[in-house]
Amino acid sequence: MPMLGADMEKGTVVKWFITPGAHVNRGDVVADVETDKGVIAVEIWQSGDVEQILVEPGQEVAVGTVLAQIRSVEDKERPSVSEPKIIAESKPSEGEIPQRAHASPLAKRIAEELGVDLIKIKGTGPNGAITRADVEDAAKILKEIPQPTVITEAVAAPVTTGVPSSDQMRRAVAAAMVRSKRDIPHYYLQTDVNVQKLMSWLTEENRRIPVTERILAVAPIMKAIALGLRESPEFNGFYKDGAFQRHSDINLGMIISLRGGGLVAPGITAVDAATVPEIMGRLSDLIERGRRGKLRSSEITSPTVTISSLGEQGVDVVYGVIYPPQVALIGLGGIRERPWAEGGMVGAAHLMTITISADHRVSDGHLGSRLLNRISELLQNPEAL
Amino acid sequence: MDTQVAKDIVLKALYEVAPDLEGVEVKSDADLRRFYDIDSVDYLSFIIKLHKQTGRDIPEADYPKLTSIDRAVAYLAEN
Repeated sequence: MPMLGADMEKGTVVKWFITPGAHVNRGDVVADVETDKGVIAVEIWQSGDVEQILVEPGQEVAVGTVLAQIRSVEDKERPSVSEPKIIAESKPSEGEIPQRAHASPLAKRIAEELGVDLIKIKGTGPNGAITRADVEDAAKILKEIPQPTVITEAVAAPVTTGVPSSDQMRRAVAAAMVRSKRDIPHYYLQTDVNVQKLMSWLTEENRRIPVTERILAVAPIMKAIALGLRESPEFNGFYKDGAFQRHSDINLGMIISLRGGGLVAPGITAVDAATVPEIMGRLSDLIERGRRGKLRSSEITSPTVTISSLGEQGVDVVYGVIYPPQVALIGLGGIRERPWAEGGMVGAAHLMTITISADHRVSDGHLGSRLLNRISELLQNPEAL
Repeated sequence: MDTQVAKDIVLKALYEVAPDLEGVEVKSDADLRRFYDIDSVDYLSFIIKLHKQTGRDIPEADYPKLTSIDRAVAYLAEN
């Protein structure tokens, strides 16, 4: 069961699209999984042949539970049974393990030798300490076909499709926000960007092109943000296991509010390499599918930076909360006409206040300012975006 | 275009962007963006659907003329 969001703890397979014996290719959708964020189409990230389905539709299982066994191409060359391929990495939600699991030095050494991750073991020793026996048992289990862990408090959840209750979604978001504010030392910067040239360019462009291709301001703004991030890699990546890992792709997540309550923030990949019309098309599609609860797992997990655009609600400035394990969130306020002084003269111009909330473990005000200034600069040349 | 035909087209497009409004009594003079929480992406999507149903190009300058069901119906009916 993949972790589709930092706060996800469990999910339910709604429908399988594979059967034993079938061949799967990397990127194929193998199942529809229901989570707090709705039904997500889960893609597999390796190619191979399906050996066995281990979790039936309707069973609610913890993140990390092996759902199916796939024999990948490399496996075919190795005849001996090795650790079953897990579809997605099992990542315990960081809030559950405030400290590393306690294990005796002997247990630790044996864990290392057997290739067992201590985090996955529940200790039976005093104060939940992990003993040698615990490690050896875990190693044995990993070698055999494991039994899926079924959560006993939640009796098999009724199979539903589409968007879950707004209450469930709010709780899911709340969990992520609590973790974010607890773990990430946020700092905030803002700047007013003169978007007069952007608006004029947009009006001109939209006058020429058919209604089906019209562009909203958010698309060139996303492009400018992506190009800015290219030059400021300290904001594009994930903070995991105590360290920051830069990400080579710039995938921007856009927070979408759902009718009836709740938020999802799916991503558009490689925004820096996409054209503005492409970004607009992909954004429209994402928003439509996000509201209908038809997102793919790769869209949920891809964002390297998230954008919160609240301008339409009439707010001027957004101070957002970073979505872990990301390290930055960019806020876009409303585009509004305001007095603007330039060269000693006062006129009127359209302004937008852009903010960045960033992780102070990874970056600082100096770097953040550079990024905001660069984005502002890029927006003065909308034709070049 | 006949007003009733225009209204059917407008409502159909509206229900596609906001399915929760279908079956609910909608105020035909209410501002779609403020009252019914239709954001700019959905509004553009609404306009595109109207365009596809009627074949009419709707220039960006005219967007403010379609901001309620009544206004959208009047706009489409005037041709």
